[in-house]
Amino acid sequence: MALEKIKQVSGTAVQVAGDDIDTDRIIPARFMKCITFDGLGEFMFYDVRKHEDGTEKEHRLNDPRFAGASILISGNNFGCGSSREHAPQAIAKAGFIGIIAEGFAEIFFGNSTTLGLPCAVAAKEDIQAIAAAVEADPSLNVIIDVESQKIRFGDAEVTCYIRESAREGLTEGSWDPIAELLEGDAEIDATAKALSYV
Amino acid sequence: MAKSLFEKVWDAHIVRTLSSGETQLFIGTHLIHEVTSPQAFGMLRDMGLGVKIPHRTFATVDHIVPTNEFAEPFSDPLADAMIQELRKNCEEYDITFFDLDSGKQGVVHIVGPEQGITQPGTTIACGDSHTSTHGAFGAIAIGVGTSQVRNILATQTLALGKLKVRRINVIGQLAPGVYAKDVILHIIRVLGVNGGTGYAYEYAGEVLDNMTMEERMTVCNMSIEGGARCGYVNPDEKTFEYLKGRPYSPSGDEWNAAVEQWKSFASDPDCNYDDVVDIHASEIAPTVTWGINPGQGIAINENIPSVENAPADQKAGVEEALEFMKFEGGAPVKGIGIDVAFIGSCTNGRLSDLEEVAQYLPGKHVAECVQAIAVPGSQVVAAQAEQKGLDKIFKEAGFEWRGAGCSMCLAMNPDKLVGDQVCASSSNRNFKGRQGSPTGRTLLMSPLMVAAAAVSGKVADAREVFGVAER
Ligand code: SF4
Repeated sequence: MALEKIKQVSGTAVQVAGDDIDTDRIIPARFMKCITFDGLGEFMFYDVRKHEDGTEKEHRLNDPRFAGASILISGNNFGCGSSREHAPQAIAKAGFIGIIAEGFAEIFFGNSTTLGLPCAVAAKEDIQAIAAAVEADPSLNVIIDVESQKIRFGDAEVTCYIRESAREGLTEGSWDPIAELLEGDAEIDATAKALSYV
Repeated sequence: MAKSLFEKVWDAHIVRTLSSGETQLFIGTHLIHEVTSPQAFGMLRDMGLGVKIPHRTFATVDHIVPTNEFAEPFSDPLADAMIQELRKNCEEYDITFFDLDSGKQGVVHIVGPEQGITQPGTTIACGDSHTSTHGAFGAIAIGVGTSQVRNILATQTLALGKLKVRRINVIGQLAPGVYAKDVILHIIRVLGVNGGTGYAYEYAGEVLDNMTMEERMTVCNMSIEGGARCGYVNPDEKTFEYLKGRPYSPSGDEWNAAVEQWKSFASDPDCNYDDVVDIHASEIAPTVTWGINPGQGIAINENIPSVENAPADQKAGVEEALEFMKFEGGAPVKGIGIDVAFIGSCTNGRLSDLEEVAQYLPGKHVAECVQAIAVPGSQVVAAQAEQKGLDKIFKEAGFEWRGAGCSMCLAMNPDKLVGDQVCASSSNRNFKGRQGSPTGRTLLMSPLMVAAAAVSGKVADAREVFGVAER
């Protein structure tokens, strides 16, 4: 199972401001009644984007200036809450290929990496600078360089952090570990045998 | 070398080191439900993979089941498709399924312990963040995403990075009317909603020692709300007592051997922790959340924070929360009117939760303007409660008595808030929209505090409403 080596992702960006953006906000539970992930993109940030009657709220995600953005920018503890993979799936299905935030909740980070969706951690000031630049020029190309842990936008460059195991997985094309897990079959059997409760 | 329980269990389950540097960890017990597993089975099929050890996966249905409608097909065709899919997958791959007609169905984190599937010294995973609940038995229990559910089905393993361990000592004695729920809400308030990032929480100290297994489950359940990947309590006599005689517990000669082994997993007294935090029980009061994350909690007699008085780094969060909740900064939390009262969920939907409330209900009645529902966490809990007559007590007091399920903890079944209703809830999350209405407002608290709010029609101090302290 050869996977794409994700060394960098680039595109225009949009900010969903705020800390502790939870998975219920990313994909409200009522849209999780599904047996495949197809079609989830439509419901990404649904209540953030829409009023109860379905009309659109004023939000960057609805702003035509940011249409087609593929890099998501947010605050600290992004993706906290549930373990639902529906959250990163919705983000990916909505066309995003990378996320920049001050911090990520553990499970969300892992789920995203497994989908080949890089999550880059950047300092608050740097995120503010990127967001300001994008606000000023929504057509600005933002690059998450996974390999060198840099974010480039316009002439500027800031440092970001991507956990080594994730970086390794993304750049080596092993972000979905299933192939390697399957290779350990004999060792799995040995471990199982040693555990009395299995 | 002295080791913590986390290290011992981790080491016993290491398969090998992966090229990423992560560990391939064996998952002894895998629990699945209808929301996060169908896509995983879909992936298995797409990849032509099978289920490696079917007898180590157990399934139940909880999130989407209506708790007041038992006949199938359900009126919601999507819910119906999900239960059918799970049934089909379990049948095809030979997985034990505690289905609606089994008498054992319920919220996955209540079913596992109650069936004796959850055991000390094991690794447990489930496509659900509140898997941390099972840590109450001295297991490493983690919530995972759907791709990882697929990985476990296919290989019975996960790729994981090792966690650090923070020991949280809760010292002293809890005052009457202060419950396990208050302990964990207080811990999250003190350490923050992301204070646990990268950690497993080891809960210990006199308060945890004195807790029942069900209370320990309440604490471990909300580890995830504190940002920790898992939480656990070292196994002791109470753990063994609880497990004895359960359907999946070892029996006969195997029992004594199992207990000996379980004991050996407890943290060594002189082991090293990456961090140690002391929490004083005397500082814990009945706690209520006023905001939109579980760390935004205060003691019942405190005032809601105001933007002006909030620390600089919290101002924006407080402002957003106050705006959403339509509460006034600086006002008391006590006295806020409620519309709905919900007792249930994997945090507080066990028999002891219902019993605790029921003993105070006789002579009281739910306020006229309030819809109150009591939802047993599993069919077993429901049957035990009904045998004790608790259903009658709840009903006489004006509660609706429901069947087992997640119910109003989240909005995947008919139980939902409407508009900007305020709900006093014994569940674990107060996120925007969590209970089904995008503008619905959730106040987390202990079951007895929910009952106090239900009978008062507003947030109230259960100790005063029910005379708890004098008992
Ligand atoms: S009761 Fe609530 S938190 Fe627990 S599993 Fe169900 S939805 Fe999740």
